[in-house]
Amino acid sequence: MRDLASRLPSSPGFWRSPLRGPRFTSVLGLVLLVGVPVLFVTGLLSYAAYNPGLSPVNDKTPDKGILGFYLFSWPTDPTWLYRLTQGVHVTLGLALIPVLLAKLWSVVPRLFTLPPVRSLAHALERISLLLLVGGALFVFVTGVLNVQLDYVFPGSFYPLHFYGAWVFFAAFLAHAALKTPAAVRTVRSMRDARRRHPDAADQAADRAADRTSDQTAGQAADDLVAPAPDAPTVSRRGALWAVGGGSLLLLVTSAGRSFDGPLRSTALLAPHGGAEPGGGPNGFQINKTAAYAGIDPAETGEEAWRLVVAGRTGTVRLARADLLRMRQHGAALPIACVEGWSTADQAWRGVRLRDLAALVGFDGDPPDVFVESLQRAGSFRHGALRANQVADPRSLLALSVNGGTLSPDHGYPARIIVPAAPGVLNTKWVARMTFGGLA
Amino acid sequence: MNRAGTNRAGTNLVRRPRPRPPRPSLRSLTGSPVQILLLCCSFALAGYAGVRLLDGDRVGVLLWFVGAALLHDLVLLPLYAVADRAVVRGLGAVRRRAWVLYVRVPAAFSALLLLVWFPLISGRVEERYRSATALSSDGFLGRWLLITAALFGGSALLLALRVLRSATKRRSPDLH
Repeated sequence: MRDLASRLPSSPGFWRSPLRGPRFTSVLGLVLLVGVPVLFVTGLLSYAAYNPGLSPVNDKTPDKGILGFYLFSWPTDPTWLYRLTQGVHVTLGLALIPVLLAKLWSVVPRLFTLPPVRSLAHALERISLLLLVGGALFVFVTGVLNVQLDYVFPGSFYPLHFYGAWVFFAAFLAHAALKTPAAVRTVRSMRDARRRHPDAADQAADRAADRTSDQTAGQAADDLVAPAPDAPTVSRRGALWAVGGGSLLLLVTSAGRSFDGPLRSTALLAPHGGAEPGGGPNGFQINKTAAYAGIDPAETGEEAWRLVVAGRTGTVRLARADLLRMRQHGAALPIACVEGWSTADQAWRGVRLRDLAALVGFDGDPPDVFVESLQRAGSFRHGALRANQVADPRSLLALSVNGGTLSPDHGYPARIIVPAAPGVLNTKWVARMTFGGLA
Repeated sequence: MNRAGTNRAGTNLVRRPRPRPPRPSLRSLTGSPVQILLLCCSFALAGYAGVRLLDGDRVGVLLWFVGAALLHDLVLLPLYAVADRAVVRGLGAVRRRAWVLYVRVPAAFSALLLLVWFPLISGRVEERYRSATALSSDGFLGRWLLITAALFGGSALLLALRVLRSATKRRSPDLH
């Protein structure tokens, strides 16, 4: 009977790795303590970048309530702003996966701890840990699947990832408040021990740290230490290097997708890594092709396509040739996707949005604009841009890029391009623009 | 209480308290009140977001949320722990325990890449990826295999160098 009990995961003797203990867990915990808030804040920024308050078409989580307390008008400077924040969000998230997995491995004996509940506070903490672990995995899994276009999760990505992140972060805050002091003490005592015994090998320093830190770290974390450990196959430092190596591997095989040219080809396994889709002026990354969006070539021909611009003074219909006769401007702007990839600056050319606003009675005071695409289904076939975005001299209704006419996949006959805006708000195959009357 | 312990003459009787079984204090039943307060604040925020998270496919979301934790803790983690133990035991049985790292690290890195990029590597999103992005989705499996080969190859090279060096050391002990 006793023998059986010691074979169950609820027995401390079941867990044999000499790596487990407050030191391994604390180092990983402190890495996540820095990393997770960066992910959370860049995620919140991404939501703000969509300008959800402007129009229902920009907002995939209209029931957010107070969770949108921080929202602000998304700026147009610097032009690479969304490229940076969303690139960091996705790339850092990928790089933190090994740290998260190692952290979960390091504390897994606590899942089976007996008695399951010691006090009210302990019971609440265990519920909170379900939210923490379930939330972390839920948010990471939905993010990783979404960037690979694998939409198997139960619902639309935006509300799942946004509300899931809030549940996760609520549990994360409590966990950080409860555990950070002990983690900091543990790591500090490790550092002190190493300083006191600079010549000692890793394991000797460990033993020295054991002697000093057990008094300071308290007994709270010590249930992680295996009472009858197996012989070590790797030092703690070696294991931490391996975790860091895993992060580095994910980083170097995905970070390149935020750049054009040879750097992109270093992103060997990440979506939108590797090669560009063809060459020439239009040979840069495409979010959704014309065929995927269901754009009928018959609707985009010179004869058929007309841009409808509506505003204060009525409605104007313009053929592509009319647009080309208007004053043309250039702007070097990137495409940056919520999926974390982006392109370098492309040389766009076309008509300023504020010049189009002036055509329909907004001369000098460009308002918000509602943009509609030829695309008939799918989210973000409509998008709204705020007045500050319309007023920016670099915001264009682009007709050409890098010296060539827009390709169908990049939005021919005309597309929006706005500095620092998320890719999907740079509406392609524009059919209609309505200035004013959004607010 | 005072009356019971005082006799008529007003002198105090020293009464021994009867030995009682130690009753668990309220504090030991509840735990730290600060912790309880903190967790309740956390639950309030999580609940506020949680009702919005569940507003839709309630069962599906719950299944994914709890299922992710269970699948990780009860399936994925035991699987790789058992695989790792098999490697350690296997190499131990042939007296090559020192080789463990040279198998474990490339295997773990390769498995990590497969875990993260499974939809692309397995080809399950091939159609959608190709039609949405105009990019080829053929290369992912091949590139993952190549990276895996490079990881194991590099590891084998390091091991060979180590074996070679220790062999030279053993052959000429007086030189060192």
